[in-house]
Amino acid sequence: MLSRNRAAYAFLAPYLLIFVTFWLWPIINSLLISFQNTRVNPWRFSLSANWGRLFGDPAFYNALYNTLIILVIQVPVMIALATVMAVLLDSPLLKARPLYRFAFFAPVVVGEVAYAAVFRLMFSADFGIINKLITSVGLSPVSWFDNANAAMALVIIAITWRWAGYNAIILLAGLQSIPDDVYEAATLDRVSKFQQFLHITLPLLKPIISFCVVLSVIGTMQLFTEPFLITNRGGPGGGTETLGLLLYRQGFTSLNFGYASAIAYTIAGLAVAISLLNLMLGGEKK
Amino acid sequence: MKSKSRSLLVQKIALHMVLTPLAIVWLFPLWMMVVFSTMPDHGIFSPEIVLWPSAEFAANFRNLQADTNFIRAMSISITVAIIYTTLSVMLTSMAGWALARYRFAGRAIVVAIILGTITLPFAVVVIPQFIMVAREFRLANTWIALIVPPLFNSLGVLFMRQAFSMMPGELFDAARVEGVREWRIFLHIALPLARPTMAALAIILFLSSWNNYLWPLLINSRPNMMTAPVALGTLIGLTRVSWGGIMVGAVLLTAPVLVVFVFLQRHFIAGISAGAVK
Repeated sequence: MLSRNRAAYAFLAPYLLIFVTFWLWPIINSLLISFQNTRVNPWRFSLSANWGRLFGDPAFYNALYNTLIILVIQVPVMIALATVMAVLLDSPLLKARPLYRFAFFAPVVVGEVAYAAVFRLMFSADFGIINKLITSVGLSPVSWFDNANAAMALVIIAITWRWAGYNAIILLAGLQSIPDDVYEAATLDRVSKFQQFLHITLPLLKPIISFCVVLSVIGTMQLFTEPFLITNRGGPGGGTETLGLLLYRQGFTSLNFGYASAIAYTIAGLAVAISLLNLMLGGEKK
Repeated sequence: MKSKSRSLLVQKIALHMVLTPLAIVWLFPLWMMVVFSTMPDHGIFSPEIVLWPSAEFAANFRNLQADTNFIRAMSISITVAIIYTTLSVMLTSMAGWALARYRFAGRAIVVAIILGTITLPFAVVVIPQFIMVAREFRLANTWIALIVPPLFNSLGVLFMRQAFSMMPGELFDAARVEGVREWRIFLHIALPLARPTMAALAIILFLSSWNNYLWPLLINSRPNMMTAPVALGTLIGLTRVSWGGIMVGAVLLTAPVLVVFVFLQRHFIAGISAGAVK
């Protein structure tokens, strides 16, 4: 028995070594660094250099505001869209199912840089295909990169395109785990398809939807690549700067590791808080 | 009976009337990626609406290769993804096996920690990770820096643990009675049985390494050690750059994983939905 336990530790050791070195220690270290003034040499303990600064920094509030706006608009829209995709893909009446699955799931494997490049070109103000299509139906073109609201909309559109299918995959797996006889009974009782969706599918799918929301919240809180590459470093003038981008600028452009760590902990704290809130709300009604 | 079949037909039409436009919108960016990659730059920036490929793919590729050495970047990405996937599958299988099949002190704590890290954003470790790897270990612009720090993967362990815990325990006990060593039981009995799960996991890990952007951007910024996404990302936003070339890069990054996706869709979907449905 003892040798068997020793074997267990041996199997676990390499993984734990990586975990302790590259996650556990950095998580602790990040907290320590956030209490140090890293703009002096050697670094010195300081409460005001980072945490004090954070709560009076307009750049932080701007990034927080942008991140929360994206969160509040994008996550519900995407989850609703993903639910529609999953429910329709699950329909036994559907023809050419593989084609539709490809259309919705393909973006899941497309890398951030590749799709950022395409979106940037498609939405280009003067010669972008989207503005050409908009003007061809008689509307005036949108300056996607110069108008802060339009730029935010662009970021939201891009993330929704990239991630809706991912959530649809998870939701579809959830749908397929609902036994058919539940629906059969409802159909015999002449309950309409829409009523079935509302009163059977949605309640049973709720834990999975919750899971999707949590994943999306974590992703959105650290959103970086889209505003970095598509809207050109959070442009126009910080109009799409997110917390993830602010962290990048403070940490790796200004090399102010202390302040960046304070931002990192704020991101993590908010992600955990919002996720817990969502899980609590989701569990309560059940 | 007749009215029932008619209502089915109406439903069928309604279903396709919603799905088809949505699918076209969803495929449009991928289609335009291909179209752009075959257009000359003056064509991309002209007032006409072009929705059909031209014939400039090769010329655009040469422009891309001149702007950034994309072939080298691609070979770095491929090498990293292969080594990363192999190592990560090994580590997570071993850890998953230990957590699924042994009752040892501290097991509950390890599981709790792994579950806890799922909700932790990468943002919270990226700064100290960077300080440690780049400044303390002086490993910036190395293969180790690209491959080793991202090896920690919580979902992979849980995925493997589930596969191992669903296997019948008598199988392993019988081998133990015959005196087979623990690591042989793992290697020769458990692993072969877990092959489908490992395949699904390997695909997801390969994809995450292939598409990884932030960490390689931070840690390997020297041009001769850039991965393909990082190399392509440096071109976006430059003024004197071939956009047709960038689009060729996007196609080269996307096409291989799309092909893999089409042929191994089942494994992909299993890997992605594993976290949600038990």
